[in-house]
Amino acid sequence: MAIELKPLQQFTIEPLVPIHVGGVDLSYTNSALLMTLAVVLVTALVVLGARRAAVVPGRWQSIAEVSYEFVADMVDTSAGPGGMEYFAFVFTLFMFVLAGNLLGLLPYSFTFTGQLIVTFALAAAVFIGVTVIGVVKHGVKFLKLFVPEGVPPILLLLLVPIELLSYVIRPFTLAIRLFANMLAGHTMLAIFAGFAASVPLFGILPLGIDVLLYFLELLVAVLQAYVFAILTCLYLRDALHLH
Amino acid sequence: MDLSAAKMIGAGLACIALVGAGIGIGNVFSSLINALARNPAAQVTPFAFLGFALAEATGLFGLAIAFLILFVF
Repeated sequence: MAIELKPLQQFTIEPLVPIHVGGVDLSYTNSALLMTLAVVLVTALVVLGARRAAVVPGRWQSIAEVSYEFVADMVDTSAGPGGMEYFAFVFTLFMFVLAGNLLGLLPYSFTFTGQLIVTFALAAAVFIGVTVIGVVKHGVKFLKLFVPEGVPPILLLLLVPIELLSYVIRPFTLAIRLFANMLAGHTMLAIFAGFAASVPLFGILPLGIDVLLYFLELLVAVLQAYVFAILTCLYLRDALHLH
Repeated sequence: MDLSAAKMIGAGLACIALVGAGIGIGNVFSSLINALARNPAAQVTPFAFLGFALAEATGLFGLAIAFLILFVF
């Protein structure tokens, strides 16, 4: 029996509600559906968790409070003084990416964080926002970010372009890190599932590996959301404090 | 050379980048174990996970190139 193995087919975007406005394709796709679901779920968690708020929290209030404190602690530690103003943004970013990563692990679901354009949009928003914050706060002195202290001037000729390059590359690494992690993880799950389906008797072995991979993917989903958020906090600290 | 043959070879070569990822991740967790063995009360575990994610990211950049070669060109 020949089973066609197409591991990357799970990433194809399918329009669910075709909407075409003057030649532009604005269809409501499966990616958009999952994003809507992520937003609805996170909003429901936070809003309904705070309803009938008790001093001794119930289950949903507990989850909402734990996620709030986790991100608040992260912003407080990593974004430095003045970083807590941006807590709402970091919280939204973290919960959106986390919900997206976790929703992608459900069977027959779609991972919208495994689309490079989605992660690039988020990373570009972070990069542009952080740069604007830095320029508005420091003016021209923002360029001091690229000149590390205590460096002999002759080395600056080499160091400043390197610092500049590593700054400009930030949105790309931020985007590709999340995208590649999600892509690689889900592709491996699909490939091992293909092995399990096509091997007659010993298919239990790739299936077992698939189960272990799934747990790894759960860890990676949470971890990548955390890394995205904490790097946002670190870039924010760089922009606010220039070192 | 056939395009698809060249693609296979290119994808295989691009995956060699994951060697670096393996060494890097091993380094990170070796340091974590060392640190916790010397001082179990040290709160370095979040940094270990951050370091793991960043080290794995560079390896996955190489894997992304492999996928790019295989499925886009």
